[in-house]
Amino acid sequence: MSNTSHDTPHGAGPSLWPIAFAIGVACLLLGLVISWIVAAIGAVIAVVFAVLWARDVTRDVRADVPHVEPETRAVADEPSAVAATPAAADELPPAYTRSRFLEASTIGLGAAIGAVVTLPVLGFTVLPPFTDVQESEADLGPLENFPQGTYVIASFLANPKAGEVSRRTTFVRNNGPTDAGEPSFTILYSRCVHLGCPVQPNGPIDEEATTKVNGVELRPVLAQSFGCPCHGGLYDSEGNRRAGPPVRSMDRYTYSIKNGHLVLGELYAVGNVSGTGASAQIARYPWSVPGTHVDGVEAWLYPIVPSQVTG
Amino acid sequence: MATKSKRQQMVDMAVLAPLDWIDERTALVRGTKWFLFRNVPRDVSWGQTLGSAALTAFIVQAVTGAILAMYYEPSASINPVTGKPVAYSTIEAITDDLTLGWLVRGMHRWGASVFIILLFLHMGRVFLFGAYKYPRELNWITGVLILATGMLMGFTGYLLPWDQTAYWASAVGINLNGTAPFAGPWLAQFLAGGPEIGTETLPKFYAMHMLLIPGLLIPLIGFHIYLVTRLGVTSPPWSSEAAGRERPPAQPTGAREGLVRGSGGD
Repeated sequence: MSNTSHDTPHGAGPSLWPIAFAIGVACLLLGLVISWIVAAIGAVIAVVFAVLWARDVTRDVRADVPHVEPETRAVADEPSAVAATPAAADELPPAYTRSRFLEASTIGLGAAIGAVVTLPVLGFTVLPPFTDVQESEADLGPLENFPQGTYVIASFLANPKAGEVSRRTTFVRNNGPTDAGEPSFTILYSRCVHLGCPVQPNGPIDEEATTKVNGVELRPVLAQSFGCPCHGGLYDSEGNRRAGPPVRSMDRYTYSIKNGHLVLGELYAVGNVSGTGASAQIARYPWSVPGTHVDGVEAWLYPIVPSQVTG
Repeated sequence: MATKSKRQQMVDMAVLAPLDWIDERTALVRGTKWFLFRNVPRDVSWGQTLGSAALTAFIVQAVTGAILAMYYEPSASINPVTGKPVAYSTIEAITDDLTLGWLVRGMHRWGASVFIILLFLHMGRVFLFGAYKYPRELNWITGVLILATGMLMGFTGYLLPWDQTAYWASAVGINLNGTAPFAGPWLAQFLAGGPEIGTETLPKFYAMHMLLIPGLLIPLIGFHIYLVTRLGVTSPPWSSEAAGRERPPAQPTGAREGLVRGSGGD
């Protein structure tokens, strides 16, 4: 660094060259559109006047810095200052000064404006995943496609507008009529209740009997248990956990029969299933994220789950 | 001034005067010198370069990530031409069709692991050297935050290729968050944008990966480096100098003033 002192401001004198420089730049830019000759002329003008401008600006820097004696002032008696001090001491300083008020009101007003701007944005960021998350009912087709006593792998689009990303897989078993004579189905959701991997039926799939109706794919399978490939969770034919890390039984869908079609309703969590098929006793809970307990002491860790609030 | 050679005066004119002009208005030149030319213990080793290595890895991630963002499209809808999801199709195009796309994507993909590995090595060096002790506690704390945000980058970036591995690994990751007590189910549903991974999950993870988390990570790195510059580098635990023993005599420096101030006082 040079030894020029930092506390002496050296402003450049007035100069007309910047205007000419600007004209040169404008001419150059215009020339880029019109013709290269205009651009070249503009470039020359810009360069010439840039140099002249730089010379102008740096003139006093280039010159030898004149030696200037440091400015000094004799210390006066300062009668005014001396007189003012005792007077100020007599009066009590205000407890809440004007500057403190202005400081507090500036910060407070800034915080209020910030909150007004931030809160809607924060709400928009956080709330959508918890509102209107109900998936519409899914029509799985005529009841005849579900032979009694065996599972059928049924995959469907939960939200046709969203496309393939909303494809869900369920294991549907026609249990036959209940004692009351009504049709009964066991509909297990394929999502593992450990951490959400896709559970697979343990048995051969009858690929030749595959049917596809309106985006719904049905594949009969001979399975008496279900296994998860990710971490080794194992479920029995009622979806009860038999081995591995899952914390509850497989989730199930409610269902209804409409015009001879099997229609899936909402998803719910299952604590445990006792009995089988049509006579099964299901401990039903509001749906919750995989990995969360719905019954027992551990359920106290999840006092309020989103589905309990938003349905 | 008067004793300066003609040549020296020309250097002053061409280089130092503009720098002075800038420095007088911004203090940037002083700041840069403060940042770059600082005293370092004489017994530093390659171990102290792990932090800079991690920074370099991060810069590689930032640059390659910005380039990948020009070609990647975070959409779960199906591309009618390829019949595959748009996001996966763009990944395929980057890897197979674009000139050197495989290289940039590979750098970003493997560089992510390199970054995390270097963070851990750096952390281990700092721990073993006791460099987290007074007055450098906040270096350690910001460093841990950098590690956490770096792992968030890994988590959000993993979903973006939108293949089976990405999808199910992210499903497991999201549900792992869901098992946290009290807030877990809420956090999982927030991350997935609903009860399940859906159309909104991918752009959400993309926005977090390239905007939100870098917005957190870059200031953290800046503050971390500021603290390192302010507090200096620690000597290793076996340093006789740091143990308060007599310093060896200062070595004569041939270095030009103002350029190298590593040896001798200033």
